[in-house]
Amino acid sequence: QESECESKLDGETASDSESKSEFGGSSPVPTSDDTPEVLNRALSNLSSRWKNWWVRGILTLAMITFFFIIIYLGPMVLMTIVMCVQIKCFHEIITIGYNVYHSYELPWFRTLSWYFLLCVNYFFYGETVTDYFFTLVQREEPLRILSKYHRFISFALYLTGFCMFVLSLVKKHYRLQFYMFGWTHVTLLIVVTQSHLIIHNLFEGMIWFIVPISCVICNDIMAYMFGFFFGRTPLIKLSPKKTWEGFIGGFFSTVLFGLLLSYVMSGYRCFTCPVEFNNDTNSFTVECEPSELFQLHEYRLPELLRPLLGWHTVRMFPFQIHSIALSTFASLIGPFGGFFASGFKRAFKIKDFANTIPGHGGIMDRFDCQYLMATFVNVYIASFIRGPNPSKLIQQFLTLRPEQQLHIFNTLKAHLVDRGVLGSLED
Amino acid sequence: EVDLEERLHELDLRGDSDIPDVPPPTDSTPEILKRALSGLSARWKNWWIRGILSLAMISGFFLIIYLGSFMLMLLVLSIQVKCYHEIITIGYRVYHSYDLPWFRSLSWYFLLCVNYFFYGETVADYFATFVQRREQLQFLIRYHRFISFALYLTGFCMFVLSLVKKHYRLQFYMFAWTHVTLLITVTQSHLVIQNLFEGMIWFLVPISSVICNDITAYIFGFFFGRTPLIKLSPKKTWEGFIGGFFSTVVFGFIFSYFLAQHQYFVCPVEYNSETNRFVTECEPSELFQMKKYSVPPLLQAVLGWETVNMYPFQMHSFALSTFASLIGPFGGFFASGFKRAFKIKDFADTIPGHGGIMDRFDCQYLMATFVHVYITSFIRGPNPSKLLKQLLILQPEQQLSVYKSLKSHLVEKGILQPSLRG
Repeated sequence: QESECESKLDGETASDSESKSEFGGSSPVPTSDDTPEVLNRALSNLSSRWKNWWVRGILTLAMITFFFIIIYLGPMVLMTIVMCVQIKCFHEIITIGYNVYHSYELPWFRTLSWYFLLCVNYFFYGETVTDYFFTLVQREEPLRILSKYHRFISFALYLTGFCMFVLSLVKKHYRLQFYMFGWTHVTLLIVVTQSHLIIHNLFEGMIWFIVPISCVICNDIMAYMFGFFFGRTPLIKLSPKKTWEGFIGGFFSTVLFGLLLSYVMSGYRCFTCPVEFNNDTNSFTVECEPSELFQLHEYRLPELLRPLLGWHTVRMFPFQIHSIALSTFASLIGPFGGFFASGFKRAFKIKDFANTIPGHGGIMDRFDCQYLMATFVNVYIASFIRGPNPSKLIQQFLTLRPEQQLHIFNTLKAHLVDRGVLGSLED
Repeated sequence: EVDLEERLHELDLRGDSDIPDVPPPTDSTPEILKRALSGLSARWKNWWIRGILSLAMISGFFLIIYLGSFMLMLLVLSIQVKCYHEIITIGYRVYHSYDLPWFRSLSWYFLLCVNYFFYGETVADYFATFVQRREQLQFLIRYHRFISFALYLTGFCMFVLSLVKKHYRLQFYMFAWTHVTLLITVTQSHLVIQNLFEGMIWFLVPISSVICNDITAYIFGFFFGRTPLIKLSPKKTWEGFIGGFFSTVVFGFIFSYFLAQHQYFVCPVEYNSETNRFVTECEPSELFQMKKYSVPPLLQAVLGWETVNMYPFQMHSFALSTFASLIGPFGGFFASGFKRAFKIKDFADTIPGHGGIMDRFDCQYLMATFVHVYITSFIRGPNPSKLLKQLLILQPEQQLSVYKSLKSHLVEKGILQPSLRG
């Protein structure tokens, strides 16, 4: 067994040029065939290239349909799905780490990884819950104490895990253990923070969740199709199947798709309103007065586009302008997330993150471009769309000391008088 | 090809069964000390060197405190950069990555980005009046997160574009190494600065407690040490651990008593835009005003007092010293494990007798986060200037509605007189 491990390690440490024969060429060798029997029989006559295309196509449609169903079921189910996807991604990446480092014989470590996942999730979801479920939390005494000392409790939980890690260091396996510790933390950083940001975007309004994710999916599919039919010039050495034609075609299609999707969605309150928790019905509601982002405006077309479209003005939702920014990011920078994941897979000599979805690989394979997107949307919203939450500010204000409250009140008053907002009212 | 295979073999991903002899550390002790101590045996000589350098560091520390908050901030920043450099250098050595020139630039670039992000958040809060006056700074502050994210993304894309065919694994390892190091060093130094702004006492007492614990545990271990504490650090003993704990608690008590009397240490650091300096002047909060406490019955017999005059802060110092003595050492064990895992004796050779800067600061890191979490949970509420900044960003209608709610609240509490206009 020792020699087997040796040769496996040799194979792993050999130069990366070996991998080219595996990944180059148009028909990738499947690792294990999860395709259901039904599909296998139906497609048995086609060549392997078209067969793969059909399998991918059918699974893609299945995933998109699933996506629509979840949207229909509402925010609570969406949050649960995001949570499950996060856990599965974490599991996939940690499993890769175990395989790379042959660390299955360190039993402590599996427990500690899951424990850290729990801690970080507790910290993040605790912060969110306190903000959005404020009235619910204040009513229940145990919840109130948990939320008041939330940071301290989370830190204490994390410290416990840290101390357990230190106590679990075993003499011959120090390096392995430190590698796994680092691996766990980087994975947590990527997976958990981003899923938390997705939930934040969701609470802003379901449109901020659906449009970015759809743009990334659309870019994926469109780039694949353009590359399939017109692809000639390779884009980057990391992913030999990507082409410039696919990249550019995908970009324009995604921008167009984003514009159309936003147009359709902006008309419905259930997508544009912030998700709120209704204390009386104990459920999530999406009812509000649509903000000016989602009210039709008359825009004058720039000179260049006028002869092309034949219109002088066009009626659009302001949100559609933002959707251009979102689609552009999804098409131009999103793929870097995909290249990063490709590089990662090549570095650790794996074909896919896992074999969960037939034809597609693991969950991480589908979500690798999404991660940068989630952070971008969150930063975009925080910077350009909304300011801080007024009710949250009032809550924070109420916890200050009287002299601090007075100081802030006076400064605010001076500012309002300066702007002329207050003076007119007082008179 | 063969060279790469050899190098990667050295990573020994499966186990540490072939721990080689640790090479002797380079001796950077100054000549003077060497001549003066040439007569003593190696054990005492080491003790003297460490002792002299400890005194030198502590004196340096006092000097900087005297010079003020700004110098302290600069010191924290320099230490952070040096620690980062030390850990990254270890990574290079472990992975023999000196031939990936991109990576050095990228590591420093990421350090710059993350620092920009964190210091931008702090600067905006504490220098609010300074910032309001300058237009360009206003723009930078308003879109701070977006700018920081764009800078980080640039680094990320450069990393992806710099991936070289034969070195994927090395590059990913260095990427992860960089990020974990950033997570440890930069966030913690940022928290140290935030503690500092709360009042210099929140910076001095924790750091001194950790240093005191280090020294007294070493001394107790030296004189009374018999029972080993943990396999990771064979020189630590239970006697040292417990002796250090009690000494640190007493030290913390006494030290806080002295510091709590001076406004210089107790007041939150504020930036005065007129004089363009940091000032520490305020009405000391109730934490720093003498109170009468009745001594619990157990201690009454021991001390012979019924009541005692103490600052409430001294009770908090009790919590801080306890953490420094009981949990702080875990940071030290973590660093010891790390050094054993990567077969290094010290992080670097910067300080003679002590090793690198990281060697001195390994216990401090957990402490900084603890103090910060402690302050936000038990001492103060949210930061008023940050709140104010956020209020000023709101839309006018929102500001007006907030103003009205605040006014009604203040009137209700009797803080504001309803008869006055506004």
